[in-house]
Order: sequence, then C-alpha cells, then structure tokens
Amino acid sequence: MDEMLKKQLQIHAARIRMGIIEGVYCAKSGHPGGSLSIADVLTYLYFTRMHVYPEQPDFAERDRLVLSKGHTAPALYATLAERGFFPMEEMKTLRHIGAMLQGHPCISIPGVDMSSGSLGQGISAACGMALAGKHRNDSYHVYTILGDGEIEEGQVWEAAMFASHYGLDNLTAIIDNNGLQIDGRLSEVCSPEPIPEKFRAFGWHVIEMNAHDFDDIDRAFREAEQVSGKPVAIIQHSIKGKGVSFMEDQVGWHGTAPNTEQYEKAAAELKAALERLEA
Amino acid sequence: MGDTIKKATRESYGEALVALAEKYDNLVVLDADLAAATKTGIFKKAYADRFYDCGIAEANMMGVAAGLAAAGMIPFASSFAMFAAGRAYEIVRNSIGYPHLNVKIGATHAGISVGEDGATHQCCEDIALMRTIPGMVVINPADDIEAKAAVEAAVQHDGPVYCRFGRLAVPVINDPATYKFELGKGVTLRSGSDVTVIATGLMVNEALIAADTLAGEGISVRVINIHTIKPLDQELIVQAARETGSIVTAEEHSVIGGLGSAVAEAVSEAYPVPVRRIGVNDIFGHSGPALDLLKQFGLSAEHIAEVVREAVKSK
Repeated sequence: MDEMLKKQLQIHAARIRMGIIEGVYCAKSGHPGGSLSIADVLTYLYFTRMHVYPEQPDFAERDRLVLSKGHTAPALYATLAERGFFPMEEMKTLRHIGAMLQGHPCISIPGVDMSSGSLGQGISAACGMALAGKHRNDSYHVYTILGDGEIEEGQVWEAAMFASHYGLDNLTAIIDNNGLQIDGRLSEVCSPEPIPEKFRAFGWHVIEMNAHDFDDIDRAFREAEQVSGKPVAIIQHSIKGKGVSFMEDQVGWHGTAPNTEQYEKAAAELKAALERLEA
Repeated sequence: MGDTIKKATRESYGEALVALAEKYDNLVVLDADLAAATKTGIFKKAYADRFYDCGIAEANMMGVAAGLAAAGMIPFASSFAMFAAGRAYEIVRNSIGYPHLNVKIGATHAGISVGEDGATHQCCEDIALMRTIPGMVVINPADDIEAKAAVEAAVQHDGPVYCRFGRLAVPVINDPATYKFELGKGVTLRSGSDVTVIATGLMVNEALIAADTLAGEGISVRVINIHTIKPLDQELIVQAARETGSIVTAEEHSVIGGLGSAVAEAVSEAYPVPVRRIGVNDIFGHSGPALDLLKQFGLSAEHIAEVVREAVKSK
C-alpha cells in the first residue's frame, strides 16, 4: 500500500479510536474492547473501498455495511463521524436520553444501513441486501462484520448456507477473531473454532488477515474482490482493545466503560499515538 | 348450504401474489421449504425468478426479508404461523419491527384448524405475539375475497404487515362485486341491538350463522368482522359497546392476547361493558380432523349462540 495513504488511514483510525473512548466514557457504559478491534478494518472500508455519500446517505447504489456485532456501535459511529456523516461531537452524547446515537446501531442514523445488536441477525439482513443487488443487477457491495463469539448463534450458519446457495459474491463477511467473549476466552465458553474450516465447509471463500496491518488488510480485500460465484469470509485476527495498552486482550473490557482516571490514561495514549503519526 | 363455495385463505394468498406481481415489480416471495403448503408454490410456478426458497431456516428468512426491504424490495416472507410468528419472533421484532421495514409476513396454517398435525403446528399465539410489536399491522381475513384484498392492502401499506391465513377451506361469505377492504376498519355485517359479536377469521361465518339462529329466538345480534386486529377499529367497537351494552368476541386463537384481549382493552378504557371471549382457552390443541376440533374447542356457531344467550340473560 502507498505509504502516504497508509499514514492517512492510520491517522483516521487513531481519531476513530479517540471517538470510541470518548463516547463510551461519556455514556458511562458500552463496549470498548470489540470496538477498538474493528477500528482499522472500518477505517479501511470507509476510506478506501466503500462508495458512500455523506451528503446523500440513502443513495440507492451505495455500498452497504451491516454491523452484525452491533454492540460495537461506537466504532461504527466514530467511523461515520470521521467520514463526515455527522460531527464527532455527537460521540459525547452516545447512549444519552434524547440523543441520536443509540446504544446499538439504528437505521435512522445517517450512514447506518441496518439496525442491529441482537447477535446473529445482521448477517441475514446483509444477505437480503446482497440478494436484492443480485436480483436487480445492481453493482453495490455489501459488507457485514461479525464477532467470533457471535458466530455461536445458529442463525449465522443459516445465513452462511443461504449466501453460498445463492452465490452472493457481492457479500463480504468480516469475522472479528479477537478470541474473547463476555464470559471469557472462546475456548473456555463454547468454542466456535475452527472458524475458517467452518466457513469453507459452508461454501465460502475464506481469507485470513492481520486486523491491525493496513498492508495485510489491503491484500485481503484485493483477493476478496477477485472472487466470483461465492461469498467471501475474511477472518481478521485482531486484538480486543487494540490501541489502549491496558485494554488489550482483556476480557474485562468487553462491556465496561473507563472511569475518569482510566479515560485520561487511554486518551493520553491515543493522543500521543496520533501526534506521532501527524509529526 | 350445498352450493356454498369453500376455499382456504392460504390458496387466496398464493393466487393474490400472482395477481399482484405484474403491478408491483419489486414484489418478491420467500418461503422456508413449505411452498406447496403455504401456496406460494403458485407464485413460484408463475414467477420462478422472483421466488427465493430459504430452506428450513425461518430466522434467516426473516432477516433476509429485512435486508431485501432495506434495499427497496417488497418481500413476502412465508411459513406456517407457528414458525413465522413463533420461532422467528425475535428476528421479526428486532430486524423488521424496530427498523420498521417494509416486510410482509404471510403466515398460513394458523389456529387449531391445522388439524391432524396436532399441537406443535397449531399456533394460537401468533396474533398476541405480533400485536405487541410497535408499528406492526396484523390482519386476519375471513374468506377468500377478504384475503386477496388484504394481500393487496398489505402491499400498499408502507411498513411491516402480518397476514394470517388458514389451511382449512372456509365458506366464501363476501361478494366480490361489492367488497371493499379498508385497513384498520371493522365491518358491520348484521345490525342488532341486544349483543354484539365481534369475530375474526373463520369465526366470522360462525358468528353470522349464530346471529341467524338467535334472530329466530328474538335476540337481536350485531355482527362485526374485525379483519385488522392492529390497528384496531376502536371507534366501531366502542360504539357497539355503547349501543348494545354487551360484547362477545370469537376467534380461532388463544383467549390471551388476541382479538378478545384487544377488544376488552379498548372497551374497558372507553366504555366498560361485559366482554365474553370465545377462543382457545389457554390450552394446547391436539390431533384430529379440523372440523371436529373446531367443534370440540367451542369454535362454532352453536357455542357462540350459547354464550350470547348467557350474555342476554345477565344483562
């Protein structure tokens, strides 16, 4: 990847991470860990790949993204804000009464393509959007992001079967494989591993990537766009809490907001990282 | 009665979809491996390229329907009421109801008139479930004519609609030449002053028979057909409460949460009068021929007449 573009993406991602932390801190609740683990892939999608139009969020031919792991809405909201759909200031009112930004994605928010949050459902809606595209010969692409714990839901595999049966090659599912879910490590709760083999068995083209390396993310999506006749599953190996040292790979940061001291520490780390990038 | 035409509303559903396909080119039909039974097979035969089988996976089917609607299509998602409203309830609530997407649910084989398949397939809770979802329209047509009109009304309505159809062939009671369907509007089929019977679905015909019987006994029964359970025609129902002072409801559904509950809620808030509910009395069904089951469960003109007589006596 071009070094200038990479640096630009890293700067966007750093700002998005700051938005996530600020939003969850101001809300005094929310899910920072899994939001931070998808910040890079969301940055890559919304700043290089997706045809979206902040001035015209409902444009019919736009590419679409369904955040099936809807509890990580802070990451989607901060990305949409960074992309210009609404001011980043909105993050301060996340989850507040009367605010636009609901605890989980809501279709009425500019740039949000589908309400989600009850796990396992977003991928089905993404299948429906992709099917509509195929039905009408539209050229848009549909992305959906799932948690690795989320795929324990049976509906995910109904959708996986459906997508391959109808050859939905205009659908890319990203599985955020950070290895942690609320009750602990996947391996300790009720393991859905091996994930790549499962998607392959369901007829998907499977690609694995490092979720925090833009060169590798770019490689994975370039491979994905060459696939025809079947849907693509990108298993992204990620670190939950990525970018805030004390949150990384810690199950306790799944659904907990930082207190003031922790917020200041996290914000200082992210600010320092941003300053290094902008220097 | 020998020349009465009978037809199952599931047949009407399949035929209506075909009839509307040309006019609404963004209409597509989904089913979950029950096309032969739900009668979407009729549509599949006519418009194979607009029919998508989802396999035995109702949860995903409802989500796919949500995605299709979010992308501008008008999907009809079809299955038995048990699975459409029951199994997929949470997907209908969160993926269709909450984003208020333009999905139409065609739920067939509702109620105990499913017959021999027994309790696992006799859904008597679907109206209750669907009616609790904000913004969901719930329609339960009485016959072929009304069912076909209901399907078109569902297409014309922008938002989620639950349409309930039956397996059993039921008498055609409406005149196609004069029939007009108005979403959310009840229909007064008989005027009367002693008691009002408010019925829905296949119980409308039973209510009419009961009213005729009771007329011979000097009891004047008003009969109202409520095809749209949500939004409910409160005005017509409250007027009936005021003018007749006594209400009997009749539905092929649990007495909990369906038409009887909806009517009792409306009346108790606006003009309290006694409401007697005829329906499935908080019990599961069982196997047997549909007509025998309906009789056994009190879903008959005879039972309506009995309850009306009690209502008159206690006035």
